[in-house]
Amino acid sequence: MVAESGSKRIVIEPVTRVEGHGKVTILLDDDNRVTQARLHIVEFRGFERFIRGRPFWEMPVVVQRLCGICPVSHHLCAAKAVDKIIGVDRLSPTAEKIRRLMHYGQMFQSHSLHFFHLASPDLLFGFGADPALRNVVGIIRDHRELAVQAVMMRKYGQEIIQATAGKKIHGTGAIPGGVNKSLSPAERDRLREPVDQMRAWAHAAVDIARRYTLENLELLKGFGSFESNHLSIVRDDGALDLYDGGLRAIDPDGATIFDHVPAGAYLDHIAEEVRDWSYMKFPFIRSIGPERGWYRVGPLSRINACSFIDTQEAEAARKEFMAVTNGRPNHITMAYHWARMIEVLHAIERIDELLHDPDITGDDLTRTGERRPEGVGILEAPRGTLFHHYRVGDDGLVTMCNLIVSTTSNNEPMNRAITGVAEQYISGQPEVTEGMLNSIEVAIRAYDPCLSCATHALGRMPLVVEVLGPDGSLLAEGRKA
Amino acid sequence: MSEITLTIDGREITTQPGRTILEAAEEHGIYIPRLCHLPGLKPFGGCRVCTVLVNGRSEAACTQPVAQGIVVENDTEQLRAWRRNIIEMLFVEGNHFCPSCEKSGDCELQALAYRMGISAPRHPFLWPRREVDASHPDVLIDHNRCILCARCARTSRDIDGKEVFGFVGRGPARKLTINPGARLVDSALDVTDQAVNACPVGAILRKRGAYATPVGRRHYDRAPIGSGIETPAELTIDRGDQP
Repeated sequence: MVAESGSKRIVIEPVTRVEGHGKVTILLDDDNRVTQARLHIVEFRGFERFIRGRPFWEMPVVVQRLCGICPVSHHLCAAKAVDKIIGVDRLSPTAEKIRRLMHYGQMFQSHSLHFFHLASPDLLFGFGADPALRNVVGIIRDHRELAVQAVMMRKYGQEIIQATAGKKIHGTGAIPGGVNKSLSPAERDRLREPVDQMRAWAHAAVDIARRYTLENLELLKGFGSFESNHLSIVRDDGALDLYDGGLRAIDPDGATIFDHVPAGAYLDHIAEEVRDWSYMKFPFIRSIGPERGWYRVGPLSRINACSFIDTQEAEAARKEFMAVTNGRPNHITMAYHWARMIEVLHAIERIDELLHDPDITGDDLTRTGERRPEGVGILEAPRGTLFHHYRVGDDGLVTMCNLIVSTTSNNEPMNRAITGVAEQYISGQPEVTEGMLNSIEVAIRAYDPCLSCATHALGRMPLVVEVLGPDGSLLAEGRKA
Repeated sequence: MSEITLTIDGREITTQPGRTILEAAEEHGIYIPRLCHLPGLKPFGGCRVCTVLVNGRSEAACTQPVAQGIVVENDTEQLRAWRRNIIEMLFVEGNHFCPSCEKSGDCELQALAYRMGISAPRHPFLWPRREVDASHPDVLIDHNRCILCARCARTSRDIDGKEVFGFVGRGPARKLTINPGARLVDSALDVTDQAVNACPVGAILRKRGAYATPVGRRHYDRAPIGSGIETPAELTIDRGDQP
């Protein structure tokens, strides 16, 4: 490790309780003031390159292996792109509903995993609490009922995925032009049974996140928060739609930048910048440019960007959420958690509807059409808007792949958030404590980043925190296996 | 001619003269693992997965005819280890990525690996550079997954009457080929050819219909290989009027 001239460097590696591997570097001047804070993604995955030359119909099954937390997002997004390639613009009702059910099941399990297992230790014990307690084991010890409920919610989501995709992780349910199975009446009935309990737990989760945000509102307004643009998919009528629709971008005041942009036109509106210190790209809105055109995605952006939610209980929760900022977009980074739990509620409401829809047990599974050379799929993954873009030769082999993953869109925002927190908590302090460093990670965790998805690494990296003097000498070191 | 009596793993069985050891065993519900053998094709003896000991000497059960009084060893620790080794070598010699392969669940190589408890090969992967021939409108060859069993070549020659496939090279350089320099689209192969059905792995595939069978309903999801349905019905070669 080399210290920048005339500065001290703090390294947090790896960032914990996130999916994948990353590190944070913080540069301090001689007065211990933060001059720079960056989140580096140290993985390289390379999916965009190595799937070239493979048959396009493998994409939904291959590319989902980017991730083990929300592979369903990649499975479905690739399937949507592949639908376009085989010339299918509209699926059979059964196919679309089975895919939606799979997606809501995933949203339910992924959000529950993140909130209870990864984020809640910070919220329930405090950012600076003893790290021996501030983890999922501490939650199991002190908040047993929440720990059990988290496991059961995740299990339920995974069972929906298994029933629709064939397996809990890395299934094959979505195939070109549709799905390979619907639900049997027995599968449907089994999934209906826990719905009321899941809905009650979803309400309780919204309450925890809402109370936490409101009780700490003044603190959180300043905690890694900043005004930004927001991007999300919305339905034709502006409703929140996690599976399909057009792209909507809003500015910090909520004014529309673009709206109802179809998937195939994403490149007209979104561009990506490469910077030499990270494997992750920096997307931005073309019309505004790289300096100010960066945007946030994910639950906070979706609740900000949608006009309404078309399920009753989640809509009531959304109204309460928007009232905090008098209807203007909410820019509080930690409000991601509240928004995320509103989506958990929306997901279970949708799951309930779908499990009472006769199409869900139908047998009209696939559609066909005229082959096209290119296909773009977009989807609202748990962590935000996801883009899959493939070009395919006449022989069916992939010639080009571009993936813009949710975490990539949140790259600039996460860097802004940690810079803000570093300036607030570390700048000018004589000693850097573990709690201060965790605050940096708390800001990153709000985005629920999936670092492996975003870089297309393996192994286990030790956490090393080094404080170096201006001459590069080691002033302090912390290490975790 | 009178019946022949032999023993397999100490069990005495009777069969007709002219049968192979593999056929005789199957008649009596005894499974001998195999890959290059396909009912309806002439015995080949290529993969050696069906190796048994006949009076202490190693033979391919798919080619070796039965004889009066022979003592056959099949399901022994030594033979299981040999077969396991062959399967492991097949895995490292090609590029077999079961997680994303559309043949997963219907693949005989994968099914044998499961039967033998292979979770990872002990040999180093060779990572050969092989190509995908997707030139044909309806059929694709992924050479990464070819195990050189010659089931396609023999079916094309003996059943389809076409000789679409052949082999070039020796040892590790051996590969399945169409006419030298030709691609699949240049051949006489038709999607309805039996040769397309003959592949035990995911090397020869029809272009549409991938992943159409849900996980849980694929051939080897229903029953492990060797449990009475060794060869999937869709892979069984129909000899028709062929000699």
